[in-house]
Amino acid sequence: MIWESLWLTLKLALITTLLLFVIGTPLAYWLSATKSKTKPVWETLISMPLILPPTVLGFYILIAFGQSSFLGKFLDGVFGLQLVFSFSGLVLASVIYSLPFMVHPIQSGFSSLPIHLKEAAYSLGKSKTTTFFKIMLPNIKPALLTGIVLSFAHTIGEFGVVLMIGGNLPGETRVASIAIYDEVEALNYSSANTLSFILFVLSFAILLSVYLINNKSLNRIVK
Amino acid sequence: MIECKLKKELSAAEGKMILNVDFRLNEGDFVVLYGNSGAGKTSILRMLSGLLRPEDGYINQDSNVWFNAEKKIDIPIQKRKIGLVFQDYALFPNMNVEENIYFSLPQKKDKKTAEELIELMELGNLRKQKIQQLSGGQQQRVALARALARKPKLLLLDEPLSALDHGMRTKLQEYILKLHKTYNLTTILVSHDPAEIIKMANKVLVLENGKFTKTGTPISIFSESKLSGKFQFTGEVLAKIDEEVVSILHILIGNNVIKSVSAKDEIAHIQKGDKVLVASKAFNPIVTKIE
Repeated sequence: MIWESLWLTLKLALITTLLLFVIGTPLAYWLSATKSKTKPVWETLISMPLILPPTVLGFYILIAFGQSSFLGKFLDGVFGLQLVFSFSGLVLASVIYSLPFMVHPIQSGFSSLPIHLKEAAYSLGKSKTTTFFKIMLPNIKPALLTGIVLSFAHTIGEFGVVLMIGGNLPGETRVASIAIYDEVEALNYSSANTLSFILFVLSFAILLSVYLINNKSLNRIVK
Repeated sequence: MIECKLKKELSAAEGKMILNVDFRLNEGDFVVLYGNSGAGKTSILRMLSGLLRPEDGYINQDSNVWFNAEKKIDIPIQKRKIGLVFQDYALFPNMNVEENIYFSLPQKKDKKTAEELIELMELGNLRKQKIQQLSGGQQQRVALARALARKPKLLLLDEPLSALDHGMRTKLQEYILKLHKTYNLTTILVSHDPAEIIKMANKVLVLENGKFTKTGTPISIFSESKLSGKFQFTGEVLAKIDEEVVSILHILIGNNVIKSVSAKDEIAHIQKGDKVLVASKAFNPIVTKIE
C-alpha cells in the first residue's frame, strides 16, 4: 500500500511537470515579452494558487467538473472523461495548482536575457521559432531546471486540492500525502513514519540538486 | 544605395520628440551618425534594420523597397540582409566562437565566407573558446564576423567600440575599416568620438533633437574654426609634460605621435585625453617623397 501510493505520487508529479513544462514555457515567454495591458491580470491569475487555500481551488474544480455541472456532463458524455474522484482530475488540479512554480522562474529567466540577443538572431535572418529554440531556451537552462524541479516537488507536496477533488481511492487518487493522513487517522504510526521519511528525503534531495546545479552555473557565468 | 525618409514620434528623456530625417547613401559610403544621446541615432539604425517601425516615410535599398508607409510595405528584419552590431556584442553564450559565426550562415555547408571572416578577424586561435572567456575586443571581433557571415550589403554599428579601452578601440577601428573595404560595404556607425570619426568616415550626419542640423565630411564638421591654418589635424593628447616655463604635449595624430611646445598658461585647460586641433600657420610645410 505504501509503494502503491508512492508510485501514484511520482506518476502524478511526472505527468503534471511534463504538462506544465509544455504549457508554462510558452506562457512565461509571452508574459516576458508582452506589452499588453492585460498582463497584470494574467500574472495575478497565475499566482493565485500561491495564496489561495488549496481547498478553495479544489472546491471550485469540484463544482465546475462535478457530475451535476454542465461541463462535467459534457466531458463525461462526449469523451467519457470524469475529472472528479479520478486520476485525470488530479492531474488537472495539480497543473493549475503548481502553475506559478513553473511559470515564475522561467519568466524571470526570459526577462533576464538581454533583448539584443533576440534582435541579433533576427538580424541574422533567423525566424522567431528558430530564435526561441536555438537561442532563448538554451540560455535559460538554470531557470528551466528550477521550474521543472519546483513544480515536481510542489506536486509531491500537494494535499488539500487532492483531498477535495480526488478523495481517497487506492491506486487511483490515494497519493502519498493522503496515505500518510490516512495512516495517522488509523493510528498506524509506523507506516506513516516510513512514508513521511521517504517524502522528506525525496524533497530534500530534489531541492538540494536545484541549488547545487544553479550555484554551479552561476559560478560559470561569473567566471 | 540606400535612400530613406523616416518619421516617428519618440519618447526621449526630455519628453516627446519628432524624429524626421531623410538621407541617401551610396555604395561604399562610411557614414557616421553623430549627436547627443537621446537625439535619435539608435532609433534610425533600428528603423533601417526593421526593429522599429517608422510612422511615415520609406526605405529603399537599390531597387528593393524595405519600407513604405503609403504602400503598407514593411519587410521583416530577417529579409533585409543587414549586419547589426551592438555595444554589448550580443553574442550567444550557449555557443562558442565558431558556432556563433556559423549560426548566421543560411546553409550550414557554405562555410567559405565564415572561414574568410575568421581569418580576417584573426579569430583562428579562439575558434573553440567560450564567449565568457573572451575580452571585450575579442567579443566585438566575433560579433563583426558573425554580422558579416551572411554577406549583408549594409552594416549598422551602434556604438560598437564605446565599451572598450583606448588601445583596443584603435585596433578595432582598423578591423572595421578592413571589413568595410574588403566587402565593399555601406556602413553606418554611431559614434561620439571625433578622432574615430575623422579616421573612419567619409560623411557625417549631425543629429540634434531628431533632425539633421549639419552634414558634410568629418574634417569640415569637426575642424570648423576661426583659424586659417595652412594645415591642420585633429588628435588626442597622450601626455602633458610640464617644464619650468613651457609644457610639452604629446599628441597622437593618426598613427604618429608629435610633440608640441607651448607656454604653460596658454594650454593650462588642455589635459591628457583631450581631443585637440593642431594647426600651423606661419611655416611652409616641407613635403618630400618617401622612397
